Amino acid sequence: MGLLQTRIGDVVLENPVMPASGTFGVEMTEVFDLDRLGALVLKTVTPDKRRGNPVPRVCELPGGMMNSIGIPSKGASYLIEETLPLLERFSAPVVVSVSASSAEDFAAFAHRLDGCGIAAIEVNISCPNIEDDGRAFALSETATADVIGRMRRATSLPLWAKLSPAASDIAAIARAAEGAGADAIVSTNTLLGMAVDPLTGRFRLGNVMGGLSGPLLKPVALRATYQCVRAVTIPVIGCGGIASVDDILEYLMVGARAVQVGTASFLEPAIMPRLVDELADTLRARGLETVEQLIGTVKAADETIELAELV
Amino acid sequence: MDLVAANIVQESNSDFPIRQAQLPVLENRPVNSEYRQLTVAADAAMTACVPGQFFHLRCPVRDGVAPFFRRPMSIYGFDRQKGTLSFLYKLAGTGTRALAGLSSGDFLDVVGPLGQGFSAAPGCRHALIVARGVGLATLAPLAEALVRQSIRVTAICSARTPDVLMSVDLFRAWGVEVITVTDDAGTSSVESLEALIAGLVEIDGVDRFYTCGSTRLLRLLQRLGERFAIGGEVALEQQMACGFGACQSCVRPFYRNGAAVNLRVCHEGPVFDLQEVL
Repeated sequence: MGLLQTRIGDVVLENPVMPASGTFGVEMTEVFDLDRLGALVLKTVTPDKRRGNPVPRVCELPGGMMNSIGIPSKGASYLIEETLPLLERFSAPVVVSVSASSAEDFAAFAHRLDGCGIAAIEVNISCPNIEDDGRAFALSETATADVIGRMRRATSLPLWAKLSPAASDIAAIARAAEGAGADAIVSTNTLLGMAVDPLTGRFRLGNVMGGLSGPLLKPVALRATYQCVRAVTIPVIGCGGIASVDDILEYLMVGARAVQVGTASFLEPAIMPRLVDELADTLRARGLETVEQLIGTVKAADETIELAELV
Repeated sequence: MDLVAANIVQESNSDFPIRQAQLPVLENRPVNSEYRQLTVAADAAMTACVPGQFFHLRCPVRDGVAPFFRRPMSIYGFDRQKGTLSFLYKLAGTGTRALAGLSSGDFLDVVGPLGQGFSAAPGCRHALIVARGVGLATLAPLAEALVRQSIRVTAICSARTPDVLMSVDLFRAWGVEVITVTDDAGTSSVESLEALIAGLVEIDGVDRFYTCGSTRLLRLLQRLGERFAIGGEVALEQQMACGFGACQSCVRPFYRNGAAVNLRVCHEGPVFDLQEVL
C-alpha cells in the first residue's frame, strides 16, 4: 500500500480524502484535477426529477452554515446518460449518492445502477431536507435495515450507508445497516437545525428547517463516527466539519478509514487536494509509512487521576 | 480589449481557470457617502476575466469575527497592463463592513474569475445601459468594452439622490452619453423611464439593452424589448454559498429551450438573456 492508500471494503482509494455529497460536481474540473481525490462522490440523485426547495436555500452562522437545498435532481436517466460519461476520463472511483421515497424505490434504483461502471452507491437515508419534517430513514433501525436489505438483494455494488447525527442511538442504526448488508458507514450527514432573523422576524431558510454543517458540527459528527466505529466491523468514513489536516487526523484516530470534506470547499474550492498534500507531509513528519498506522490510534485523555467515588 | 478577445484569453489561460489567491490591496476609498471602491493588484490569470463575471471575496476578520461565507462581487474594472482589479460596493451588511476595514498593504483573498460574463453583441450599433445603485458597477466595464468596439453607448444612471449617483464622470470620460435620473427629481419612475427609453429607441436608434441591480428596470426592459424587438442581457444577483456551481443555492427560474428551468446564477449566469428571466 502507498503512503496514503486506504480501502473501503473492496474499493481501494489512492488517498482517504473525498468530497461530501452535495458539495461537489463536474464543475470542479475548472478548479483542480479530480484525480487528486480518493473518490468522486456525486450529489444525491433521486430516481425521478425533483425540484428542490424554495430560496433562500442557505444561511451562514458563526462557524458554519445551514442548507435547505432539498435534493433538486435531474433523475436516474440523466445521471446514467449525461453525468457518468463526463467522469469516465478520471481514474478516481465514482460513488453515486442516491435517495428515494421508499425502500422499494431505493432498491429499484440500486438495481438500475448495477453495471454502470461506478465503484459504490452511497445510500442517503439521512438528508434532513427531503423527508417530512426532518424525519429520515436513518433515525429508525427497522427503516434503515429495510432500505439497505432491499438494496443488498438488488445490486452487487458496495453500499455505503450515510447516517444522521440526529439518531438517538447511532450505534444501533450502524449495526442495523451492517446487519442488512451495508459495506461501509458514512458518518455523518448534516444535523437538522433552524434560524430566525430577529430583526425581520422571518425564518432564514425558505424551507424553515435545514441541515447544519461546517466546523461547528465537527464535535457531534466526530462523536458519531467514534460510536459507529465501536459498533460495527465494516469501514467507517468520517464526515462533518473537516477544514484542516488536523481535523482529518482526529477522524482517522477515532477509527475512520477515510473522510469526506464538504462545506470547507465552499470557502476554499481547492481545499481537498491541499489537504491530501498536507496529510502526506504530516504522515512523513511523524515517521509513518501508511495512513493505516494512524487509524483507530486514539488514546485516553491526558488526566488519569482516579477520583474518589463520593465528594 | 473587446469581449470576444477577452474570452479567447480566458480559454487559453489554463486548465483550471478558477483560482484562489491573496491579492495585495492597493486602495480602498469612499466614492461617496454610501459606496467604496476597492482596488487590488492582480496577475494575468486573475485579469483574464470579462465584464459581467464576478469574484468570490473572503471578508476579513473584524471585531473578532468574520462572515462564514464568501461574498460574490462583480468586477467594476480590470486593467491587464497595470495588473489591477477593482470592486465597487455599498456598505450594507457584515460582509461589506468587514471589507471596508481593508487598507493598502493588506491582502484580499479572492476566488475567480467566476460565472458567464456579457456576450459579444454582433451588429449592435447603439447600446443602452440602464442601472441603479451598485448595478452600475457591474455595467461599467461593459460600457468601456462596448465603447472600445466603436459601439455608441448611452447610460441611464438612476439613484435616490444626486449625491449617490456613481460612475457618471467615468462613463463620460469614456465617451458614454449619460442621462441621470433621481427619485428626488421625480425622473426615475418606471413611467418616466419608459417614455425616455422609447424615445431613445425610436429617435436615437438604440438596438440593445443592458441592465443590472433592479427588478423594476429588468421588467421595464423586458417589456420594451418585446415591444421593439430589441435583445439584451441582465446581470443578476442571488445569495450564494460555493460560487462555482456545486451547491445549488443560487438558483432562479428562467425560460430556456422552451421550458421553465431553475438555473444557477453563479454558473449559468450571472449574465442572462433579458427575456429568459421569469
